[in-house]
Amino acid sequence: MTEPSSGRGWIARVDQGATVLSLTHDWTTGDAGLEPGIAATLLARPGIQALRFDTRELGRWDSSLLVFLAALRAEARLRHVDFDEKGLPPAAQQLLALLPEHPPAPPSSPPRIGMVEGLGRWVIGNSTELMAFTTLVGDTILRTAAAVRGRARMRLADLFARMQEAGIEALPMVALVNVLVGGIVAFVGAVQLRRFGAGIYIANLIGVAEVREMAPLMTAIVMSGRTGSAYAAELATMQGSEEIDALRAFGIPIVDYLVLPRVSALTAMMPVLNLYAGALGILGGFTVAVVMMKISPAAFVAQIRGALTAGEIFFGLAKAATFGAWIGTAACRIGLHAGRSATDVGQSATAAAVSGIVGVIALDAVFDVCADALGI
Amino acid sequence: MSPDSAAGQETSSPKLRVRGLAFGYPGLPLQHDVSFDVKSGAIFAIMGASGSGKSTLLKALTGLLLPTAGSIVFGGEDCCSMDPARREAVGRRFGVLFQGGALWSSMTAAENVALPLQMFTSLDAASIDALVQVKLSLVGLDTGRTSMPSDLSGGMRQRVGLARALSLDPEILFLDEPSAGLDPISSRRFDDLLLELRDGFGVTVIMVSHELPSLLGICDDGVFLDTESKTAIAHGAPRVLRETCTNPTVHAFMNRERPPGDLKAP
Repeated sequence: MTEPSSGRGWIARVDQGATVLSLTHDWTTGDAGLEPGIAATLLARPGIQALRFDTRELGRWDSSLLVFLAALRAEARLRHVDFDEKGLPPAAQQLLALLPEHPPAPPSSPPRIGMVEGLGRWVIGNSTELMAFTTLVGDTILRTAAAVRGRARMRLADLFARMQEAGIEALPMVALVNVLVGGIVAFVGAVQLRRFGAGIYIANLIGVAEVREMAPLMTAIVMSGRTGSAYAAELATMQGSEEIDALRAFGIPIVDYLVLPRVSALTAMMPVLNLYAGALGILGGFTVAVVMMKISPAAFVAQIRGALTAGEIFFGLAKAATFGAWIGTAACRIGLHAGRSATDVGQSATAAAVSGIVGVIALDAVFDVCADALGI
Repeated sequence: MSPDSAAGQETSSPKLRVRGLAFGYPGLPLQHDVSFDVKSGAIFAIMGASGSGKSTLLKALTGLLLPTAGSIVFGGEDCCSMDPARREAVGRRFGVLFQGGALWSSMTAAENVALPLQMFTSLDAASIDALVQVKLSLVGLDTGRTSMPSDLSGGMRQRVGLARALSLDPEILFLDEPSAGLDPISSRRFDDLLLELRDGFGVTVIMVSHELPSLLGICDDGVFLDTESKTAIAHGAPRVLRETCTNPTVHAFMNRERPPGDLKAP
């Protein structure tokens, strides 16, 4: 017999070619972890043919003991040492029997992707996404035409509910943002124009900037963050709870039932919101011009009436309707193709807000270039 | 905690004692005057028709819902009158498996099991990993350990949920419809697993279930909640209730029959 060695909760001695491991005290999942390399150390002595257990001194135990025993058993198998579990508590033997002899191999790391392959995947992924988005746009246009002819299965109750969400319920936020933006434009413009003695032209600046640019753009940004992300999150949640699968199983057209009411509502309400936003933006600018810049109210009104034409207003309305269609369609596309987890819902809401805002700004640039070319 | 190791510490007092419990939601009282004892190491069934408040009772027992009256005594203390910090500490001695697993969707299966260990122990990463692997092996999850919950089957999610519930080696394991949505073979395997874990760790199991084969096969005690009278109308092992209970609702439930005078369409 050799000199015994010991560790936390165990004493080992070698007796007639076998390591006898006495387990002592409590073995519970607490502050002490598994001693690293302990299994190999216990079985490393030359000439060891068996591992036996003595648990007379063992106190309370839980899965931390199982971890220790599983590591010992795996090491014993590796070294062709007999693992004699007869001395263990019957419950521990029963639980040990549920564990695999060898722990599962760690998952292999994913293969590295080269630059060319990465680029190829990116191109294919984006092409596929572009095609899917184009298909959804096409489907939406076709089904809108069918709805106008009364041949789509869109529920009017859904359409009105969406119009309320995207219209009346959005008014406070749109009002706040546009009044502030109108005031800011007036302030910045007035400071510059005054230097040239042209302070009264602040009315022209506010009128044109609000109606053509700021009102459609700011309203679209608000609606993208507010309504677009809500659409995407709602559809992603429906995806997760298999509601969309249920619609498909019944053969209910997804575009008619889910996409059309949302896109139509947003496309219809955005021009209305744009008019409201433009009026409030001008009001914000008017307030700053009159109160801070001491411009006469009558002169401001007269100036702005001369600056604004019907063409400017219709240009703003056309922009707003286009932005609404983009935000709605992009949000629906993202929501319908989200994953099924809570994380996917959050990601789809973020993606809808971001793609809505970026898309709106890009579309605005296209509008302005076209307007310049056409002399609008 | 193993029954072997707990030998000598066992007393005749039950693991959990419920007395005069009333619970429900604002404007919707579900049950009143519910009393029962759960013996240490038992598999205890909470039975009753849909809407009788079984899952709500489980919420009350696990501290997710405050009962409107009564007491839940665990370890000599009334859980209903504890301060929140103490209640939270007691809650860590419980493991809960929710319906469908309720796994945290942004984490892998292994991460789901590891999180309670990371939060409530000071074990090093290697020890936590070793414990996680053992828990997942115990519940028979040999593949999909690094998969996200959305990529797992219903049975695998239940197993991961069970491994997560066992992560802190609880004294009581609460299971809400553990076999719901599983095929008969998977359901039977799950029942066997519960028996093995109960026998191995000596954990007390309290489960809500509709599955008669599970109730009759593994539960050795239980309580039956009635929808009409809104209280517990029977106590005992499901297989005993099936044979001997004369209450028509309990008899019909345990024998999968229509209660006498029931003319409702299925």
